[in-house]
Amino acid sequence: MAHRTLIPIGPYHPLQEEAEFFQLYVEGETVVDMDMRTSYNHRGIEGISMKRTWDQVPYVVERVCGICSASHPLAYVQAVEELAGAEVPERALYLRTIINELERIHSHLLWFGLAGHFIGFNTVFMWAWRYREPCLDALEIVTGSRVNYANHTIGGSRKDLTPEMVKAIRRNMDEIDGPLDMFITTCLEDPVLAVRLKNVGVLTEEAARRFGALGPTARASNIPIDVRRDDPYAAYDRLDWDVITCANGDVFDKVVVRLLEVKEAIKIIRQALDDLPEGPIQTPVKEVPPGEGVGHVEAPRGETFHFVKSNGGPRPERHKIRAPSFNNVPTFKASCIGQPIADVTITLAAVDPCYSCTERMLVARDASTGKELMTLSDLVRLSQQKTEEIRKNI
Amino acid sequence: MSVVERMKLWGLKKSPWVYHLNTGACNNCDIEILELLTPRFDVERLGVLLAPSPRHADALLVTGICTKQARPRLQEIYRQTPKPCLVVCIGACACTGGIFHDGWHFDGPVDEAIREVDPDAMIIYIPGCPPKPEAMIATIAKALGDL
Repeated sequence: MAHRTLIPIGPYHPLQEEAEFFQLYVEGETVVDMDMRTSYNHRGIEGISMKRTWDQVPYVVERVCGICSASHPLAYVQAVEELAGAEVPERALYLRTIINELERIHSHLLWFGLAGHFIGFNTVFMWAWRYREPCLDALEIVTGSRVNYANHTIGGSRKDLTPEMVKAIRRNMDEIDGPLDMFITTCLEDPVLAVRLKNVGVLTEEAARRFGALGPTARASNIPIDVRRDDPYAAYDRLDWDVITCANGDVFDKVVVRLLEVKEAIKIIRQALDDLPEGPIQTPVKEVPPGEGVGHVEAPRGETFHFVKSNGGPRPERHKIRAPSFNNVPTFKASCIGQPIADVTITLAAVDPCYSCTERMLVARDASTGKELMTLSDLVRLSQQKTEEIRKNI
Repeated sequence: MSVVERMKLWGLKKSPWVYHLNTGACNNCDIEILELLTPRFDVERLGVLLAPSPRHADALLVTGICTKQARPRLQEIYRQTPKPCLVVCIGACACTGGIFHDGWHFDGPVDEAIREVDPDAMIIYIPGCPPKPEAMIATIAKALGDL
C-alpha cells in the first residue's frame, strides 16, 4: 500500500479569502480522501436576527455574505411578505430583479477573476476585476453603496430609479458587454485554460443529484435547476431569458455556465429597464401575524432559503437560513478525490464556496475520531453564563 | 526611542507588505481589499504588496468580528509577525463588533485581542460597512505618514 500523507490547508492560508480548514489525504500526488472544518466565520446570524425587529432583519441578513447581499434580504422579505400576505407593487418587483441581476454579474465576474488567479492566470484576475467595476458603479449609483445595497424592504424597495439612473445602468451594461464577449471567446479558445480546466474536478450528474448541488454547480452538471424559472419571484416570469446548462460537470463547464449567465443577466437587466412600469414602490406592512413563511431566491451560487416563524410579536420567533454553499461544499468529496494536488485548488474554488454563508452549525464532529469540536469546558461555560443571565433578570 | 527602533519605523514606512486576515467577516471588506490590488485602485503602485505569510508582513489587515474560533489564531498570527507591525482593523466589525456585537460567537473586538498579546501594538481603525477602497488607501497613507 502506498504511503499516505496528510496535507493541512488553512485555516489562514494566503490562497483563501476566508478561514476554512481542509485536510487532504494524499498518496503520492493523488488525493485519496479529504475532510474539512469550518466555523471560524460563524457569527450566529440566526440568533442575532431573532433579537432584531422585522424591519431591522434585512440589514442583518444582508451581512450573512457580502457577495450575496441582495439575495439574502430578498429571500427574507419574500418569506415575511408570504406570512403577512402583502402585495408588492409591480415597479418594486422590477427593481428587485435589476438589483439581483447586477449582483449576479458582479459575483460571477469576481469568481471568474479568482479562478484565473488560482490557476496562475493573473491577467484574467486583473481583467475580470477591472471590467466588474462598471457593475459596481451601477450599483453605487442605484443603491448608494458598492456592496451592501440595503434596497429590499418588507413590502417593496427602498429607493426608486430615476431616469438618470436608468441611463447610467444602460451605459455601464454596454461597458461590460464588450469585454464579456472577449472573456467568453478567450475562455473557449485559450489552449492553456482548456488543458488546465477540461476534465478537471468532474462532478457527474448522478453525484450532483446525490449531494443536492445547486446553482451553477448543478447546471454545469446538466441539471437544469433554477428558482427564477421553477418558482418565479420578482419579475422573472415576465422577462425572456434562458437557463444555461452544460453537460460535463468539469471546472471548464462551470466557467462557461457562469460567463453565459452574466450574458443572460445583462439581457434581463436591459429588458427590465425597458419594461419598467410606473407606480409606487412600497406597500406598507403594518404588522406580521402569527404563522410561518418561506422565501427562496436564486443567489449567484444557487438557491438561498429563508424560513421565518412569527408569534405575532415585533421580532421573528425563529429564523432559519440555508445558503447554497451548504449543499455545494460537500460535492468536494465527489469531485476532488482522485485528482492530483495541483488540480484540487481550482476544484475547491469551482463551486464558488462561501463559508460565511454556510456557517450555521453549532457543534461539529471530526469524521475520523468522532470527537466534538466544541469542548466540555466551552459547554460548561455556556451553561454557567446562562444561569448568570437568568439570575440577573430575576 | 532608540536609534534602532527609529530605523525600524522608517523601514516600515517604505513599501509596506500586508497580510490579509479574515477573523469572521461577511466577505465584503475582503473583496474590497482584493479590489485594492486590481487595476482601478492598484495599491502596488504605492509599494503595497500582499504577503503570503505573516512572517513577511509589515501590516496585518484584519476584517470581521473576532469569533471564538478565530481569536487564538489571530493572536498567534500577530505573534508571528516581525515587530514593529501595524494592525489595521478594517470595517465596523473589526473596530467594534458592528452589527454582530450581540452574537454569541463574538469574542471581543480585534484590538482587545491584539492588546492582550502586545499592549503597545500600533492599531489603526477604518470604520465603515464596508469602508470604500479610497478610504482604506487614505487611512493607510495617513498612518504611515504619521509614524
